[in-house]
Amino acid sequence: MSAGEQTGARPDRESSDAPIEHRFGPYGGQFVPETLMPALAELEQAWLQARDDGTYRAQLDCLLRDFAGRPTPLYRARRLSERAGRPVYLKREDLNHTGSHKLNNALGQVLLAKRMGKRRIIAETGAGQHGVATATVCALLGMECVIYMGVQDTRRQLPNVQRMELLGATVHPVDAGARTLKEATSAAIRDWVTNVESTHYVIGSVVGPAPYPALVRDLQRVIGDEARAQILDREGRLPARVVACVGGGSNAIGTFAAFIDDEDVELVGVEAGGEGIDTGRHGAPLTVGGRAGILHGSRSAIMQDEEGQIIQAHSVSAGLDYPGAGPQHAHLRDTGRARYVAVTDAEAIAAFEEITRLEGIIPALETAHALAWVLAQDDGELDLVCLSGRGDKDLAEVLGQGRA
Amino acid sequence: MSGVRTTGAERIAESFAGTSKRAALMPYLMGGFPTLEESVRIGQACVEGGADVLELGMPYSDPLADGPVIHAAGTEALQAGANVAGVLEVARALADSVPVVLMCYANMVYAPGVEAFVERLDQSGACGLIVPDLPQAESAEVLAACDRRDLALVPLVAPTTTTESLALIGARARGFLYTVSVVGTTGERRALGERFAEVVARAKACTDVPVALGFGISTPAQAVQAADAGADGVIVGTRLVRAAGEGDDPAVAVGLVVSELAAGLAPTDQRSAS
Repeated sequence: MSAGEQTGARPDRESSDAPIEHRFGPYGGQFVPETLMPALAELEQAWLQARDDGTYRAQLDCLLRDFAGRPTPLYRARRLSERAGRPVYLKREDLNHTGSHKLNNALGQVLLAKRMGKRRIIAETGAGQHGVATATVCALLGMECVIYMGVQDTRRQLPNVQRMELLGATVHPVDAGARTLKEATSAAIRDWVTNVESTHYVIGSVVGPAPYPALVRDLQRVIGDEARAQILDREGRLPARVVACVGGGSNAIGTFAAFIDDEDVELVGVEAGGEGIDTGRHGAPLTVGGRAGILHGSRSAIMQDEEGQIIQAHSVSAGLDYPGAGPQHAHLRDTGRARYVAVTDAEAIAAFEEITRLEGIIPALETAHALAWVLAQDDGELDLVCLSGRGDKDLAEVLGQGRA
Repeated sequence: MSGVRTTGAERIAESFAGTSKRAALMPYLMGGFPTLEESVRIGQACVEGGADVLELGMPYSDPLADGPVIHAAGTEALQAGANVAGVLEVARALADSVPVVLMCYANMVYAPGVEAFVERLDQSGACGLIVPDLPQAESAEVLAACDRRDLALVPLVAPTTTTESLALIGARARGFLYTVSVVGTTGERRALGERFAEVVARAKACTDVPVALGFGISTPAQAVQAADAGADGVIVGTRLVRAAGEGDDPAVAVGLVVSELAAGLAPTDQRSAS
């Protein structure tokens, strides 16, 4: 045990009977075929043991430091702060190896899978950042890797497809539905149902059946833990607002987790407004509200019709193009602890360009949603934004949109 | 309906007990594929071909337990306009001639509210409900609602299911125990899963209701193997959905395959069943 560890992947727990949350208020659960239930139990047990195991922690901490490059900087964005009229700090997950926060989770889960004796790793990916992170760790640890990616996303995120293949992963294009993240996730779950005995499924966000939402949060809260210590060190106070983009919501929950108990810190999740909330073509189930539903194994805020068919999301950013969000986000919304807003495609692209020229940082289109919201606020005292990833992968998409 | 109302579980039990075949034949059809009208004809063809229990699929946008053939059929059914009301009409049209069990993913059961969904299902004349993404640990609310209306909530077990879970699931099974023969999704396979006989034996040991084997059974020979292993029922899905998509007349095509399966399952002293 080492309760004082800086990377501490241990959220506060209320009861030793429920060491990993299966439910967040009415949300969460395990809505999967019975075939997978033993694997979920096995994963939960393995995680309970691993996170308190000094060897696992030491391996993970070493890789986070020497391989990923953690801690990532907390950068006071000078010109952005001038433009906003208040200090704005960027938590630079774009400087994490592979270019996004996704590596934090991939390292933790693939290391865990290796401990569990799994030989084969599968993952879904939207923007390709989670796929690249998973393929990277599989190369590092010598594991077989299959990545499911919607055909639409293999097109708009081609550089990441090329990176994954170069890393030795098999990229499996998914040609169903809207050919994006939802279908890629469904395809990965079907693979897992079929190969569950040899395979670990590295879910890339805080979605899916328990224990995934809690497991992925625990592995991502390194973002918030670092950022909280860094802002206290730099400013001697906590931020007034913590802002992050939300697709499934892993960078957001990873950042929020460290601040949830700081009641004066406002938590803001920024979803994909797509072509506008009123058009129905968006990816903002938390913002819109409405009846909860079940998608990919857990109950949460989702986009569905009145009969329960899942509705296709829409976003210019592949990573936010998802009709669900993590169950803990839905609970944070309902309890009023966090609020969720939406930013349109056009606003995100404008912010993508503006931040690039203001700060010399090309943010991921996903992250650009959070930055667009910050740029649009004229109030506030001190904002901390999770710069969840870099935007090199998005150049073709943004330049294409610009010409259209 | 007249006289004393028979519960869904009782109707299903009568079908298992009354079949002359070596195991009850349980065809699956996707509601609304290729159309709702054709679904009714396909269901009737199944009954004429020897179906003892009919499994009716509700098309869903994200069917996690299904392989590509049933997934594609569901997508096509939705594109052709199938909805809950339409598929329940198919159930109603068939319910007098055969016990119908609806297979429907969890989100569609919860969307209108569990109670409301189960009430509509009951009114359609169906006998039971299978929810492939509702494991035992999550099933209490749906089970209670089904029990109140005498509908059988049929649970699934898989080769991976632990002995402890099997006991829990088997004790709460209504109608029959849907025993998944393979670790995987629905779909035709060249051979039954290596462990299918063991899977059947484990299932039978944990429950008093009939054990039906499904996922991956497509030929008369495989159906006979399942019966020989002790399965009380044999579920055939993908093979029939494929037939519905291939033939000029889907009902004729499906009926032909069902008849072959029924003939295969006929007692050994009979040449064929019709």
